[in-house]
Amino acid sequence: MSEKSKGTTQTAPPAETSSTPRAPSAKELAWDKNTLQPTLEKSPERQQEFTTISGHPIRRLYTKADLPNWDPETDLGFPGDPPYTRGIHSTMHRGRLWTMRQFAGFGTADDTNQRFRYLLAQGQTGLSTAFDLPTLMGYDSDHALSEGEVGKCGVAISSLADMEVLFDKIPLANVTTSMTINSPAAVIWAMYLAVAEKQGADWKKLSGTLQNDILKEYIAQKEYIYPPEPSMRLVIDTFEFGVKNTPKFNPISISGYHIREAGSTAIQELAFTLRDGLEYVEWGMRRGLDVDEFVPQLSFFFNAHSDFFEEIAKYRAARRIWHKAMVERYKSKNPRSWALRFHTQTAGCSLTAQQPYNNVVRTAIQALAAVLGGTQSLHTNSLDEAWALPTEFAATIALRTQQIIAHETGVTNTVDPLGGSYFVETLTNEVEHGAWEYIDRIDAMGGMVAAIERSYPQREIAEASYRYQMALDKKEKIMVGVNDFVSEEKSLDVLHIDETVAHRQAERLSKLRADRSNDEIARRLSALRAAAKGKDNLMPFIYDAVKSYATLGEICDAMRDVFGTYEEVAIT
Amino acid sequence: MPEKKIRVLIAKPGLDGHDRGAKVIARALRDAGMEVIYTGLRQTPEMIASAAIQEDVDVIGLSILSGAHNTICPQLMKLLHDKGMTDVTVLIGGIIPAADIPALKQSGIAEVFLPGTSTQDIVEFIHKRIPRQ
Repeated sequence: MSEKSKGTTQTAPPAETSSTPRAPSAKELAWDKNTLQPTLEKSPERQQEFTTISGHPIRRLYTKADLPNWDPETDLGFPGDPPYTRGIHSTMHRGRLWTMRQFAGFGTADDTNQRFRYLLAQGQTGLSTAFDLPTLMGYDSDHALSEGEVGKCGVAISSLADMEVLFDKIPLANVTTSMTINSPAAVIWAMYLAVAEKQGADWKKLSGTLQNDILKEYIAQKEYIYPPEPSMRLVIDTFEFGVKNTPKFNPISISGYHIREAGSTAIQELAFTLRDGLEYVEWGMRRGLDVDEFVPQLSFFFNAHSDFFEEIAKYRAARRIWHKAMVERYKSKNPRSWALRFHTQTAGCSLTAQQPYNNVVRTAIQALAAVLGGTQSLHTNSLDEAWALPTEFAATIALRTQQIIAHETGVTNTVDPLGGSYFVETLTNEVEHGAWEYIDRIDAMGGMVAAIERSYPQREIAEASYRYQMALDKKEKIMVGVNDFVSEEKSLDVLHIDETVAHRQAERLSKLRADRSNDEIARRLSALRAAAKGKDNLMPFIYDAVKSYATLGEICDAMRDVFGTYEEVAIT
Repeated sequence: MPEKKIRVLIAKPGLDGHDRGAKVIARALRDAGMEVIYTGLRQTPEMIASAAIQEDVDVIGLSILSGAHNTICPQLMKLLHDKGMTDVTVLIGGIIPAADIPALKQSGIAEVFLPGTSTQDIVEFIHKRIPRQ
């Protein structure tokens, strides 16, 4: 770890690291000589080296010798207290189970509204909205580039009129809603707030989460519209608006999920996500926001991949890093800023198109890791998602998987049941150390926006993803049903979205454009354009445009006019 | 004189930005000795067809995960046909339901590679199809 000083961004390394020399006890040395070595001579181990799915080396056995300076009182601590290794609440899942929040969205707003109401009737405790690609890219359903994509990967939302249908008969005052939208997040959020207002819900009591994490779009998922600078301004506009108007709503979900899906290692996922988090904090402070006013509203989102212990170590390390950064870098005084809250989704990239029923098992194990790692909410993938959006049948099994973990396995009976395990504590330390090394490197580049412009995280992820593919090709890593244990199977009945969705959306849009006051739209949009050229918070201007039924595409275009669009340097 | 390397255009059509597969394939084909051009994201069929002509490629590899293949592929195949580029091998990799594959092949797509395909299988397919180097 470097000890370099960079003004307020200096952060001390964790107390103990993987580089501390190992000093086994006399008993351990005797065991090695008398028990282990004779066994190894007779029957060597299956592999020369054992590594996690991320390629992180794992020892044969972990003992006290792996935690030389480790102090359970300070490094582990107690749940609900800093450094939050054991969880952010003192009673964790004994007090309250995690929110079971299944991501759903397909076809038209009406199709998705029906799925939402079905999931709530099945005992799901929060909503999570998937938008289609045109919506994610800020195009209306009838735009030329939307052809073939409407309603396919999520629900098509082109205006407030669609949003009203999406949440019809769903009381937004009582249901927490997450919305996976990034570049046009401010616009979609304005639509949501407008629906809430129409329902008579008090904004101050609204609870939910906007994904709104543009940095990971440049890094991994690539659904960006504008260049980084104006995109970050929009994000901070939502923070500022949220502090004043929606104190219980998370204006951002800082996401490692997509970074991992793009092929990163667990350590890269952790490091890039938390460094993104620090970037948002710094931009918020530069706007003049008080750290302890807006940081408590920031939430996180991690992947749950298949390497069970590595994932648990990742969640535990995440909490420790965030606490340290908030206290040491930003001098935060509010414990609510220190406690990292996160949503988890099981790993889509671990699902196999082959033998899809095996995905139920993968998802259950991944979900268990998230629960043991102390997640606040969870999405479990459906068995058919390597092929398509899930059918109702598959989505129900995925929800039932969480209910089985919560109510049958007993893992919720005690807080952080793996705490104190030599292995888990060592791995937590190593993952934390690896993440700090990346964070230091990105600090040295001048922060995450600068690192993205140099394609640094993009390259690191591409390298890791290629290494993993080569390991699969050489069968150094096994995916059951893909590169080993292959068998014939019959194909699965999957959800099919046909082109009638696009036609229905196009008809709705032309009716909307005919029925609304287009003069008012023009006025609202030119006010937004003028504001975008200045420094004002854009949320009120976007809200006004949304309320007059300007479409998503029109509003995003108004900002395209001022901000321009972003093109990445394609690396391979 | 050394034989001309196989030239491949890897393209990512549609609005989807998930480029993990496209990048892995681009690198694997390059490591296998081919000349690879990657278009970057959000290419329309017109952009892909012009790039293919300009770069004079032997192979076009499309990465499509979003379900838009039934719209994109026929448009691209028609453009290639209209521009007289009938000898290019067009491959798709991605999430393609089994029911859609016969129609895609009928339209001239040489092969559809589904999730879980090893990069060696794709390299071998191209070498068999274009026997040089």
